[in-house]
Amino acid sequence: MKEVNHFRRFLLWYLATTIPLTLIVVLVLAPGMPPGNGTVQASAVVADNTVFLGVASVIFMAVLVYFVYSLIAFRERNPSVVTEGPAIRGHPQIQLWWIVVTMGIVLFLTAYGTIRLLEGGSGGGQGPNPIAVPSPPAGTKPLQVQVIAQQWQFTYRYPAYGGVETPSIEIPTNTLVEFHVTSLDVIHSFWAYQLNVKADANPGVDNIAYAQTKGPLFFNVRCSELCGLWHGYMFNSGRVVPRAQFASWIALQQRQFGAARRSLPPYTRQYFPTPLRRG
Amino acid sequence: MSAIAVTARPQTPLWRRLLGFNVLTGIVLAVGGYILGHFIGDHIHGSNLNYYSAQAGQNDIAIFLGYLLGVVGFLVGLGFANYPLRRMLGHPPTLAEKESEAHGTLRYFSLSTDHKVVAMQYLVGIGFFFFVGGLNAMLIRTELLQPNTHVFGANQYLTLVGMHGTMMMGMMTSSILGPFANWLLPLMLGTRRMAFPRVEALTFWLLMAAGVVLITTVFWGGFQTGWTGYQPLGGQGTAGFDAYIGFFILVGISMCFLGFNLLATAITMRGPGMTWSRLPIFIWGVLTTAILMLLASPMLAAALMMAAMDRTVQTTFFDPGYGGSSYLWQNLFWVFGHPEVYIVALPGFGIVLELLPVFTRKPLWGYRIAVAGMLGVAFLSWFVWQHHLFMSGINADLRPFYMLSTELISIPTGFIFLAAMGTLWRGRIRFTIPMWFCIAWAFNFLIGGISGVFLSDVPSDVLTHGSFFSMAHFHYTIMGGLVFTFFAAIYYWVPRMTGFKFNELLSKIHFWSLFIAFNATFGPLFAVGWLGQPRRVVTYPAFLQGLNIWVSISAYVLGLSMLVFLVNVVWSQLFKREPAEANPWHSKSIEFQLPTPVPVHDFDRLPAFDPDPYPYGEPVQVPAYAGGGGPAIASGGGEA
Repeated sequence: MKEVNHFRRFLLWYLATTIPLTLIVVLVLAPGMPPGNGTVQASAVVADNTVFLGVASVIFMAVLVYFVYSLIAFRERNPSVVTEGPAIRGHPQIQLWWIVVTMGIVLFLTAYGTIRLLEGGSGGGQGPNPIAVPSPPAGTKPLQVQVIAQQWQFTYRYPAYGGVETPSIEIPTNTLVEFHVTSLDVIHSFWAYQLNVKADANPGVDNIAYAQTKGPLFFNVRCSELCGLWHGYMFNSGRVVPRAQFASWIALQQRQFGAARRSLPPYTRQYFPTPLRRG
Repeated sequence: MSAIAVTARPQTPLWRRLLGFNVLTGIVLAVGGYILGHFIGDHIHGSNLNYYSAQAGQNDIAIFLGYLLGVVGFLVGLGFANYPLRRMLGHPPTLAEKESEAHGTLRYFSLSTDHKVVAMQYLVGIGFFFFVGGLNAMLIRTELLQPNTHVFGANQYLTLVGMHGTMMMGMMTSSILGPFANWLLPLMLGTRRMAFPRVEALTFWLLMAAGVVLITTVFWGGFQTGWTGYQPLGGQGTAGFDAYIGFFILVGISMCFLGFNLLATAITMRGPGMTWSRLPIFIWGVLTTAILMLLASPMLAAALMMAAMDRTVQTTFFDPGYGGSSYLWQNLFWVFGHPEVYIVALPGFGIVLELLPVFTRKPLWGYRIAVAGMLGVAFLSWFVWQHHLFMSGINADLRPFYMLSTELISIPTGFIFLAAMGTLWRGRIRFTIPMWFCIAWAFNFLIGGISGVFLSDVPSDVLTHGSFFSMAHFHYTIMGGLVFTFFAAIYYWVPRMTGFKFNELLSKIHFWSLFIAFNATFGPLFAVGWLGQPRRVVTYPAFLQGLNIWVSISAYVLGLSMLVFLVNVVWSQLFKREPAEANPWHSKSIEFQLPTPVPVHDFDRLPAFDPDPYPYGEPVQVPAYAGGGGPAIASGGGEA
């Protein structure tokens, strides 16, 4: 009887299943992935996830098809009798190639991730001295927005508009927004989902994250770090609106909260945290 | 558990035998110790120290002293003080305590230095707390059936989340090393005991005390921090957080002692012929885990003691309002916390690679690369912890390094997969229940590992960090990696340990329902996280309700599957006992060559070891280990 070439069979099964699957994942599934294309950072994470999903399906299918093939092809056909398999103890070339290939994949992923990170911080919190600063769209200036987290709400201050503090957030379209995230008590995390911004709010720390808006957008803000009893209720929402609409909104906020502004501490990058109290 | 032993001393009445150093006395002295500690604490607690506690009406010093003296009383009641006291009074040293079968069933409820008794204690004790933690998960999923609170309030919900996580991460850490390493290590190494048998017993009883301490949190109002206990939030907590601190300190001490006992045994007590390159791969998994346990848990204990000082003697390590740092806890906790997740994963690697040769009838493929993989994972696990702080704003410039180190871990983990895949190749695969659990491990851990890419990469971590995606990821690695191999080990070794086999049908139902329900539960949670639901929230957007209901129902099926297992254990191990075959798997490793039940002294003559730890495959001879006084030197099988 002719010896079956198991490796070739496995390879055929692998290619036959993986090529269509990877194409479907990369071309059909991945482009519609959350969080959408509302900002430059959101589009970037969708692109990254497309690459990773492609790599993931190639690796996942390799192991999965190998296991399924082996379990079927090498199953004991007569379990009532114990027969021994061949005493193979290893294969130096295969081991070497395995190391080379996995090392290559890992280095590719890390290099790709590092390059993407240094392009503009990807919307993540970068601490008080960011090194990955995206350049604003031509002819515009970055807008600073301070995010103040406390148990259990977010408020926002606009230093360019007299440090007015607002309970909701609006930002203009086609602008680079520089979020300065800080906390007054415990650790929170500012997660503006559709903007793809996430930055922890640590007491006494100025944590900077960038988002570059495109067109008008509605976005949700949630606290993403467990911050105590009402953590689950610590959310609000905001809007990206055209510049003229933003100007009238911020003017309204200044009229509405101007009086309250005078009893607030002056705008700084971080505030002295409230001493803890037991609840 | 041995039924024969009960008849050993019929003349002494039961009530008389219950008086003495056992768990009953331990509980009585624990309660007494707690009351005494609380009494002393109330008197220490002067007006100068009431900074926090007066606000909450709870005295943290009294509670900590109560826990401390309660645990001391518990250990004294179990008899841990007897030996040191006897030595101080000039009595000669002894090695064994309650090792003989004459002590009957009672030795399972007291300090016993028989490693097989300690293993059974571990199995039942950890199993109990595993079900408590699992029940918490069921309640969490019940709350998440609706987008807003409907069954529990916010505080109860967060306490459930915290207790589930803390119970699982604290108790289940020892779920393989406690029962199986304690039972197998002396047998596989060819010795009659662990290096420190009393310390072995101590690790178990400390863990049980810890579990009870954690449950007492419900009397103090629970804690709102989750298992990570982030400061300064923890500093705000009521005395429920004291229970968290007490629990994890006890778990840390237990883990540290367990790790160094296992290490000392493996280094100093290997039998003749058992060189490092002949150690069964399971022992390598145990060894690498033991190194991590020994080194990581002191970091946890240190962080917790700092938190305890913040709460009692007014230090401000973690309070930024008084010059402390909120980053300090995150760093200290994750320096422990990341090795911890490999403490959980590595024993599973050992079990899978130990079992695959038996069920493929082949030697382990690539023994050396598998060992290198375990050592590599253990080494690299120290250099990745700041990926938990990717969004925190600390050391933002170092993030590419932590991205690299985190992704590098997939290389040694890949070695484990390579060894598993090589062992399958052209094998004679026998589909038994333990084998199915090993296959399920490969599937789950593959998904867990690949989903880790989306978390280790900083740009895509912006989306997934702190969301249900990361929660699904670590349930795939920890539950898919640890719990599945835990069950593989149970079905493989417990019939050997107790002498009674499991019901085949219930075992099959358990496996298939668990595997399907597990994937139905945690697979959709990747999507839930990607769609924007953060972890540990009691509310979520209404459009996610459909997915959450699906997950909750799957989780209930998962819980029912665990009940099937429980019924299986009670039915086949207690009521409808059928004696197990001596070697149902045709295993060639030494623990299956010994008489049933394994005698108290393990070996009549200590065995010497064959050159080959995996004598499977066509040209290889069956080894003849020294079971029950057979020939001491195994026949020279090895590779032809």
